[in-house]
Amino acid sequence: MALNTGTIAGNWAAWQAAEIVAARVETAQVKTLTLRPQTWRSFRAGQHLDVRLTAPDGYQAQRSYSIASAPEQEGTLDLTIELMADGEVSPYFHEVAQAGDRIEVRGPIGGPFTWTAGQGGPLLLVAGGSGIVPLMAMLRHRANAAPSAQATLLYSSRGWDEVIYREELERRAGDEPQLRVLHTLTRSQPAGWQGFSRRVDDAMLGETLVTLAGVPLCYVCGPSPFVEAVAEGLVAQGVPPERVRTERFGPSGA
Amino acid sequence: MSTRGFFGRKRPEGEAGRTPPGQYLTKDFPVLSAGPTPHVPLDRWSFTLEHGGKLLGKWSWEEFLALPRTKVTVDIHCVTKWSKLDTVWEGVSFDKLLAAAKIEAPGTHVMAWCDGGYTTNVPVADLAGGKGMVAFRYGDAPLDPVHGGPARLLVPHLYFWKSAKWVRGLRFLDQDEPGFWEMNGYHMYADPWREQRYTGDP
Ligand SMILES: Cc1cc2nc3c(=O)[nH]c(=O)nc-3n(C[C@H](O)[C@H](O)[C@H](O)COP(=O)(O)OP(=O)(O)OC[C@H]3O[C@@H](n4cnc5c(N)ncnc54)[C@H](O)[C@@H]3O)c2cc1C
Repeated sequence: MALNTGTIAGNWAAWQAAEIVAARVETAQVKTLTLRPQTWRSFRAGQHLDVRLTAPDGYQAQRSYSIASAPEQEGTLDLTIELMADGEVSPYFHEVAQAGDRIEVRGPIGGPFTWTAGQGGPLLLVAGGSGIVPLMAMLRHRANAAPSAQATLLYSSRGWDEVIYREELERRAGDEPQLRVLHTLTRSQPAGWQGFSRRVDDAMLGETLVTLAGVPLCYVCGPSPFVEAVAEGLVAQGVPPERVRTERFGPSGA
Repeated sequence: MSTRGFFGRKRPEGEAGRTPPGQYLTKDFPVLSAGPTPHVPLDRWSFTLEHGGKLLGKWSWEEFLALPRTKVTVDIHCVTKWSKLDTVWEGVSFDKLLAAAKIEAPGTHVMAWCDGGYTTNVPVADLAGGKGMVAFRYGDAPLDPVHGGPARLLVPHLYFWKSAKWVRGLRFLDQDEPGFWEMNGYHMYADPWREQRYTGDP
């Protein structure tokens, strides 16, 4: 398993206040919040923040959220948060938080699941649902810093209206000659749908891999069973395990 | 600083004292790993103890299963914030491994190494005295590969990344050295009750 062991300097692990400066609706269940932390630190695409909320009685809840914005967006950080019914923290971001509110954050955190322009291409990104978030940071960073690196995104969503960052992905696929975006819609497809319409399987991974010249560096993110299946599928398609990096967002349900 | 409009979920009575700060309880068993799940055939699996390049003990899968077993019920705490109560594990305790190899721990720390290239460092004092084991059964069934099977280290009183999945051996060290996550900004010791998640946490 290869890793980036860049020394992480400074007091990045200290909690600090961050102001919510903007909120944007992505889909019915997903929102993006733009935060302005007191001290903005550069980060690597793929890293996450820890967020801490404090109740009036002193009780605190913490969760991790991937950074969606590119490191080139200095001063602020975007988090993209999916609403979990009955969740403790995500409903706060969906139903309560608004511009001007302050929360606590620390980070950036995370080492192996990162990509920087210097690592080059080809790059294969495979996302399930909100697993797109850290991969979006990589795509945004790539467009800014390494547009000639070849990249393919294979993105699995339930339906077309559940595709997070849909317009931006469509625009990038049109504007960026080295980027391919492939969608699979597992539950419902719009009329005339040309993309994949099933769960990611080995055949689909094979068709995705042939869009890239050479063995890509692969990043897979999403619900646990999705990540497990895709990582195994990539290895079965001949990708060396050390070229496959995974991140999982939590409980196996999702 | 309290967060406007945040009240938190009702914390179940009785379980409160068992959840370290910043953790929430789950009944699920979430998975965390940096790469694909490795699959090593059991006839090529072995477990080794080493110190300074010297082999101190080596067991095949069958030999390992024949070692004296220990069963424990423990709470586990993952740095990604979930905790799970009353998990049942069975395996060979660190003490029994040393006894089987007829050695005393020859260093202050170990580096656990695993299939897939993962490593993690643990003080000997946190494995000895019944504190750590190499587990191969979970919930009265063989340990599932996604959860670290055939065998994983189990050091339940530290954050769960110290309980290295797919463990294949322990290398004794004369001083502490960082493993995989520890080189990536995670805490060298990782006590959940002191919330030692990252480098720089107290
Ligand atoms: C490294 C990392 C990066 C992540 N990045 C992102 C990201 O970019 N975007 C994103 O949306 N998420 C991300 N996550 C997931 C995120 O951290 C949270 O797990 C998620 O937002 C759910 O938190 P919650 O407090 O809303 O739900 P929780 O309260 O944690 O509950 C999760 C689910 O379990 C159920 N549940 C849990 N406990 C109980 C209980 N006691 N009773 C009943 N039901 C219960 C709830 O119904 C809910 O559906 C990431 C996680 C990690 C580890």
